[in-house]
Amino acid sequence: MAQTGAPAAPNMDVLLKGLWRDNPVFVMLLGMCPVLAVTNSVVNAVAMGAATTFVLFMSSTIVSLVRHWIPKQVRIASFILIIATFVTVVEYLIQAISLDIHKALGAFISLIVVNCVILGRAEAFASKNSVGKSMLDALGIGVGFTIACLCLGLVRELLGNGTIAGLPVFGAEFEPWIIMILPGGAFFVLGAWLLLFNWLRERKEQRT
Amino acid sequence: MNGPTPPITPTTPPPASGADGANSMRMILTMGGIGLLSGILIVLTFQWTFPTIKRNKAIALERAIFEVVPGAQTKAAFKLVGTSLQLLEGEDERAIKYYACYDADRRLVGVALEAQGQGFQDVLRVLYGYSPRKHGVVGLKVLESKETPGLGDKIETDPDFRANFETLDVTLDEEKTRVFHPIEMVKHGKKTEPWQVEAITGATISSRAIANILRESTAKSVPVIEGNLEILQEGTQ
Repeated sequence: MAQTGAPAAPNMDVLLKGLWRDNPVFVMLLGMCPVLAVTNSVVNAVAMGAATTFVLFMSSTIVSLVRHWIPKQVRIASFILIIATFVTVVEYLIQAISLDIHKALGAFISLIVVNCVILGRAEAFASKNSVGKSMLDALGIGVGFTIACLCLGLVRELLGNGTIAGLPVFGAEFEPWIIMILPGGAFFVLGAWLLLFNWLRERKEQRT
Repeated sequence: MNGPTPPITPTTPPPASGADGANSMRMILTMGGIGLLSGILIVLTFQWTFPTIKRNKAIALERAIFEVVPGAQTKAAFKLVGTSLQLLEGEDERAIKYYACYDADRRLVGVALEAQGQGFQDVLRVLYGYSPRKHGVVGLKVLESKETPGLGDKIETDPDFRANFETLDVTLDEEKTRVFHPIEMVKHGKKTEPWQVEAITGATISSRAIANILRESTAKSVPVIEGNLEILQEGTQ
């Protein structure tokens, strides 16, 4: 463990594993609530991914910094307090950047507090590793989460609205598949992505 | 069981009251310290972003006002005091505001008002324009809505539904105290009167919510506007 002996130097594997091998959505199946709820467009998906990445990065950094001073009995309460602080900060920032995005994400910004990806990384990684490694881990997991949101948002907006980031793709003749921007569509698209990734993984294992 | 009982040797020393107290104090200090720093960070962020958020909200409201009152070039805010309107100087968060809109020649072309009510999911907040010349609602903009995507949220995008609010009759009776024909909702394709709102198929509850919000708001505000037309016209001159 990094706490004993000389701390291991942060390496790129810590950063990259969150993108694919330990992707929080497609591999660990965590944080499903915002992933399913607000990925009905590319802009919403990216905004939610960026907000979650910011909270994850900041909270993991602070948790790692103060990990030796937090008594074991109150560690979860302390982590939640730190996470809630950055969620409040990000909520104000989003309102300052765009009221339209704030309106679109609605209650799901506040609900980042209970996103198990963030508390999971604080408890399982940041509270046991150096600041540098925790920052890289949070960044990797955050970007992995954003990519997963984007994968869903891209397909849902394309089929459900005929656009990508608001730009028309199929023309006026296209009849939108409304189900895709409704909650049911989120399950269909997530299922399809999981099917694809599991098939790719199995094929790779068979080859090796 | 009957043999001599071995002396109990506790694996951990009995807790001294001093150690317990120190441990509790450490937990309290940790939580208190994190709470204090969190509070400071939130206050600093709020102070830093507040002017921008306020400006964004003002821009969004102003854009909506000029959208719901066609032909408007300038505006002035009035507040309701008793039954009369007074020009609003400075800011008053609690005041019920009437936004008088003027054309390029400083003639009153309409009044924009905020109204809200229960939608299908949550509270719906709208801004609508009233034209004293047409005695009707001449525009509507949804400011806040959590209606179902693809269904209820069509109240913001459906062109047929939006056409309801290009001229929606809210003429007052002879005493100028109540709307002669209160706004009512009818099914799609059943509109026969100018005070009827044609619903969206598949979004009946959201359509009805909009009709109810407008009916209740116009019942209170249209008599106020008609009774204060001179003030609204001359208020800024």
